[in-house]
Amino acid sequence: MSERRRVVLVEGTAKYRIAVAVVALVVLAIAIAIPYVMPPFRVFQFTEVLMIAIAVLGLNLLTGYNGQISLGHSAFFALGAYTTTVLIIDHGWNYVLTLPLAFAVAFAAGFLVGIPALRLHGLYLALVTLSLAIVTPPLIKRFEGVTGGAMGRSVPKPGAPGWTGLAQDQWHYFVVLAITAVMVLIARNLVSGRIGRALRAVRDDGLAAETMGVDLAIFKTLTFAYSAGFAGVAGGIFAFVVGFVSPESFTLVLAIGFLSAMVVGGLSSISGAVFGSLFYVFVPVYAADVNDALSGVIYGVALIVVMFLMPAGVVGVLRRVRGLVVDVRKPGAHGPTVAPPVVGRDLSEAAGVPATSSSAEL
Amino acid sequence: MAHFVQQVLDGLASGAIYASLALALVLIFRSTHIVNFAQGEMAMFATFIAWQLFTWGVPVWAAIAATLVVAFLGGMAVERMVIRPVEGSSELTIVIVTLGLLLVFNQGAGWIWDFIIKQFPNPFPAHVFDVGGVRTTAHTAGVVAVLLLIVLGLWALFQHTKIGLAMRAAAENPESSRLVGIRVGRMMMLGWGLAAALGALAGCLVAPRLFLEPNMMFSVTIYAFAAATLGGFDSPGGAVLGGLIVGVTENLAGTYIPFIHQDLKILVPLLVIVAVLLVRPNGLFGHREVVRV
Repeated sequence: MSERRRVVLVEGTAKYRIAVAVVALVVLAIAIAIPYVMPPFRVFQFTEVLMIAIAVLGLNLLTGYNGQISLGHSAFFALGAYTTTVLIIDHGWNYVLTLPLAFAVAFAAGFLVGIPALRLHGLYLALVTLSLAIVTPPLIKRFEGVTGGAMGRSVPKPGAPGWTGLAQDQWHYFVVLAITAVMVLIARNLVSGRIGRALRAVRDDGLAAETMGVDLAIFKTLTFAYSAGFAGVAGGIFAFVVGFVSPESFTLVLAIGFLSAMVVGGLSSISGAVFGSLFYVFVPVYAADVNDALSGVIYGVALIVVMFLMPAGVVGVLRRVRGLVVDVRKPGAHGPTVAPPVVGRDLSEAAGVPATSSSAEL
Repeated sequence: MAHFVQQVLDGLASGAIYASLALALVLIFRSTHIVNFAQGEMAMFATFIAWQLFTWGVPVWAAIAATLVVAFLGGMAVERMVIRPVEGSSELTIVIVTLGLLLVFNQGAGWIWDFIIKQFPNPFPAHVFDVGGVRTTAHTAGVVAVLLLIVLGLWALFQHTKIGLAMRAAAENPESSRLVGIRVGRMMMLGWGLAAALGALAGCLVAPRLFLEPNMMFSVTIYAFAAATLGGFDSPGGAVLGGLIVGVTENLAGTYIPFIHQDLKILVPLLVIVAVLLVRPNGLFGHREVVRV
């Protein structure tokens, strides 16, 4: 390779921090500008992007970081959506306050599904969660009294408070943006540091991780529970932003759509969730002009092509592009760094995971 | 009593169809160690081809026969072009790729033939047999007979032909098979082709009862997964028995358990899958895989 002049940034130095802060500010500025420069229907679509990103983030905790697969996240999404619907309509709750409960209900359900998941891995877990996704719509129809059955239920969309001077779509966007920020912080805290290392160690080699003192049972079930909780929050947002819930919104295609978004965005990456959700929301917007089924075909082809050509997804490509311009180094390291593999072996890191405190913190 | 026997018989009829698709899953699992999540959707797609031929005026049996050939070639092509490149990758990668296939076939069928349900012709005569109050249609009898023929045919293929032996060898030990001159890749393609044809047959047999539409096979796939899980993913005999057991259980549960009724029958395979995986993860006849650490 010819010697290219690249900017060298060493992690932890002032220069590195300034660069990170600049990127963060630009992203924040774009995020805040969107509802002011876009027409209302676009703002609604970006609100959807943020909502889907929360679910994809949850799925990524499970699949990307912990190596467990779930095709049943449409079920947890539905659980959150109906929790919020029932609390708003039947109990008069404030819509934002329903979200912690949507999280809790989905978290509990995820925990229950996570227990058999301990004994299953790979294909078999995929099988069980796949059946979960397929059973969800008929189950919703069965509990007609609560869910409104096949007819679905309309949820009143909250308006913007007068002091903000915002239109309804702009208000929804900012509310969901704030919630997404909170969920991203939670996810970041989960995946960085000791707990994140333990999660990845479990993914790469469960047996070895256990030898290092990682409590497999606790980690796997709690990851499943957190992941389901994220999907539950996204479902709750769906209820009051879209304003209508019905069994047809929560089919297997939704669950595979989450998976597509995650894979396209990039496994084991937090920002990947946003890129993947942009793909998930905007493909149908353009594909529907040709045919309603086209977006499904594109999701499917994307799943295959991404796995073939760029297993690290959009984020992997962006990292490579960044690598052409900037050379990010760990402090103390010399020479150019190699981009870390997507599914690396993090066992050496996991050695730093103490036996007891790691699980207690989760 | 006659009512009970009737329910068991009806269950066997659905069970025979689940068994065929489960056999397809087992064929692929044995030849490539992959659980093909797109199996049902490939079957549905093939069924649409048969329907298309039939609406163009081809007699129903000829349409089905032509479809089996197309499905066989299509299955081989899918193995070669989509599965081979990820061979040996992590389980997660392969699951994601077969899910991609699932979406492509499902939505692709919706694109080509739209989502409106279609009537699929019954390839059997409309005759009804009545023995002591228990009624069986010619369709039911025909489906069970076809299943028996398939089982016999597969048994003969794998036990009594050179190519069947080569397929078994390639699945058992690819390295050594290559050394004795077996084209392992070709055997895998053959496994996928056979499975696709089998699935197509299952689709054509179930379509007259379910109405043809892109989501037709979702539930059948789950039943087939339950059957294969129950019988053991590497046991063809287990898949057939598992299919029949699941079919009968589902029908009895739908009839005699009020909560389940007709619309929640889909809970039965879910419970079967979870129970089997927790109690006996290799199924009734599956072999335990020993992993060297």
